[in-house]
Amino acid sequence: MRIKGGFDMGERGKNGEMKHRRTNLEAVEPESDKPASDKAEIRDSMGAPVNPPKPEARLGREVQAKIGQQLRAMYDDVVNQGVPEHISDLVRRLSDQD
Amino acid sequence: MKLDPTIRDQVLSTVPSLRAFAISLCGNIDRADDLVQETLLRALSHIDSFEPGTNMPAWLFTILRNLFRSEYRKRRREVEDADGRYAETLKSHPEQTGRVEFEEFRTALAKLPADQREALILVGASGFSYEDAAGICGCAVGTIKSRVNRARTRLADLLAIDSVDDFGPDRPTRAVLAGGGRN
Repeated sequence: MRIKGGFDMGERGKNGEMKHRRTNLEAVEPESDKPASDKAEIRDSMGAPVNPPKPEARLGREVQAKIGQQLRAMYDDVVNQGVPEHISDLVRRLSDQD
Repeated sequence: MKLDPTIRDQVLSTVPSLRAFAISLCGNIDRADDLVQETLLRALSHIDSFEPGTNMPAWLFTILRNLFRSEYRKRRREVEDADGRYAETLKSHPEQTGRVEFEEFRTALAKLPADQREALILVGASGFSYEDAAGICGCAVGTIKSRVNRARTRLADLLAIDSVDDFGPDRPTRAVLAGGGRN
């Protein structure tokens, strides 16, 4: 069986569209599937945005933050259990094998 | 060949997160621990294919996910009803999946298609970049992004997370409330 692995970190960011993204969910716009042209801000002659952020977009961020928190709380509940003894024993045994 | 202690420590320090990911895939702690053990056996016997200095967590997560998927391929019935089975596992053995306070969230999470759940957890909980998550799942970065978006939208609906009070009177719910009180 072939094991995938050995990620070439040099590849990271090759796909230009993702370069500006952060990894946390809160940072991701809910409408980010839409083409960029849909999101372009329209400004008046004074440079002020004509369309202020819609309440739906703000609600989206709020909801995302809550989902992110719950997701991490649930996940970290397991992470905080650390390494079970039978697993650390297994790793040490395997790594000491000749 | 004895394993370099640095590599061994990298493996050990990935185990807690690897377990959390396994539990999210399996919906069952015992099965998840079996999967983690199998992953470590596989990884340590192929440690030569790990390039030192590259991303150890991403490497181990990839192996675990591949093992999990090939196990499903072998049991075809489970493939056809992977999501239904997952939900059923949670329903019948809630005590096997962890603490009660996460039950509502976990139940909602179980209703997501497996690929969406996986993408959301890798990016939102394990903390992988979209690029690494795409590498782990063997798909395009854009695919991961859209899976995460769909997962989040669906979860928001399922959990009915509602912050209406914080926002303006143009929200439909506000309109309904204002239109109430018909005597």
